[in-house]
Amino acid sequence: MSDQAYNFAYLDEQTKRMIRRAILKGVAVPGYQVPFASREMPMPYGWGTGGVQVTAACLTPDDTLKVIDQGADDTTNAVSIRKFFQRTAGVAVTEATADATLIQTRHRIPEAALTTGQILVYQVPIPEPLRFLEPRETETRKMHELEEYGLIHVKLYEDIARHGTIATSYAYPVKVEGRYVMDPSPIPKFDNPKLSNSPALQLFGAGREQRIYALPPFTHVVSLDFDDHPFEPSKAPHDCDLCGAGESYLDEVITDDQGGRMFVCSDTDFCRTRCEAGHLGALGVPVLKGGA
Amino acid sequence: MNDALLGGFVDAAVQSSHAFRAALTVLSQPGEIRELHGAVPPAPLSVAAGVLLLTLCDGTTPLHLAGAYDCASVRDWITFHCGAPLVSVEAAVFALGDWVALQPLGQFAIGLPDYPDRAVTLIVEMPALEAKGAVLRGPGIADAAYLSLPEVAAFQANRALFPLGFDCFFTCGAKVAALPRSTHVEAV
Repeated sequence: MSDQAYNFAYLDEQTKRMIRRAILKGVAVPGYQVPFASREMPMPYGWGTGGVQVTAACLTPDDTLKVIDQGADDTTNAVSIRKFFQRTAGVAVTEATADATLIQTRHRIPEAALTTGQILVYQVPIPEPLRFLEPRETETRKMHELEEYGLIHVKLYEDIARHGTIATSYAYPVKVEGRYVMDPSPIPKFDNPKLSNSPALQLFGAGREQRIYALPPFTHVVSLDFDDHPFEPSKAPHDCDLCGAGESYLDEVITDDQGGRMFVCSDTDFCRTRCEAGHLGALGVPVLKGGA
Repeated sequence: MNDALLGGFVDAAVQSSHAFRAALTVLSQPGEIRELHGAVPPAPLSVAAGVLLLTLCDGTTPLHLAGAYDCASVRDWITFHCGAPLVSVEAAVFALGDWVALQPLGQFAIGLPDYPDRAVTLIVEMPALEAKGAVLRGPGIADAAYLSLPEVAAFQANRALFPLGFDCFFTCGAKVAALPRSTHVEAV
């Protein structure tokens, strides 16, 4: 039951209309950052206020919401945002990627393939891929206008000059439909290939920076690289220690002060599903169905 | 009672959320057709066009009414339910009319090179709307989609302006489809 003291999904209707218009223009120009009048939300900047506003504008009472933070359904940020929408919108929630119609994510794309009709909402801290190279908004806006993206290639080149490879490992810049260079939010570059030609609609909300952008389904997204240094999605060279998955993105967990560590799937739903299906990693314990 | 006061949303928050999801779906997947319900606008406005206006327009979005849609009953209904300022073509953020009345399209805002989002959204009332006809390719479309567009040349010229250009919703009765400026259109 939703909290009747609030309008459906917290925001007032005029605000939702404003956000909805921005989302539609973002969809019409994939990768372009549409300015919008971001509102103060009952959570601090950096907690996903942009994503929350986009989610609030898109939610219907029929939706099933999933919220993840670095792949996990059970961390503070994910739990608080999920509870926020349970309370203000009364929507159903789930941890299963396949059951969700709308997924709000902080810095990961779920391992399970997304499907047509699903919406993935990203929380974005700094939407401008050129911002750390050029601090002036007037200049970066001009660069997008003129398709002047030499600077970002210089940045990748400097990586190679300094480290021998492109060392950028997250928030790896992409080019959308051959036009706009876009920050995919700080997802690991392991996830970059999943941006392209996804059957799901991908929406990006940056609350503090007041920008919304979008990737419609089946949009062509290319990670920037060089002919002699092609883009390589990377992950820790291990299998998950809990479920044994070899193809998922891993978190490194320090287990003691003797150098002990383990690698586990960052996507908790993916890992749990595999454990319940009987897969077992090096440090895994067999799961009893229905019990923890 | 004045007819202009009737026919709005009964439960605005919920009805507009469903309407927006349908609008978002058709714009992000050109060629898809959805139905919009919840408003009972005065003739000649279609249900879908009325719902779109209630969902997207308010006092901050200048609206242009073209041709037969610029009549007292429609103006009064929009003024009461949306509060959108009714303006001439150049100032329009939204424009509503049939395809012929909206011509010439060159008069509408297509956005600025540094702010391509400042472009008009056209709501085009159609005599029929079917998922067949012109071939659509581009973002939102896996391979090819089809939509009964009023013409092809205008949308090819619009695509050539990308990232500038107008975006269209097509409405017919309760049905709605859309064509963003990013879509490549070919005649069959």
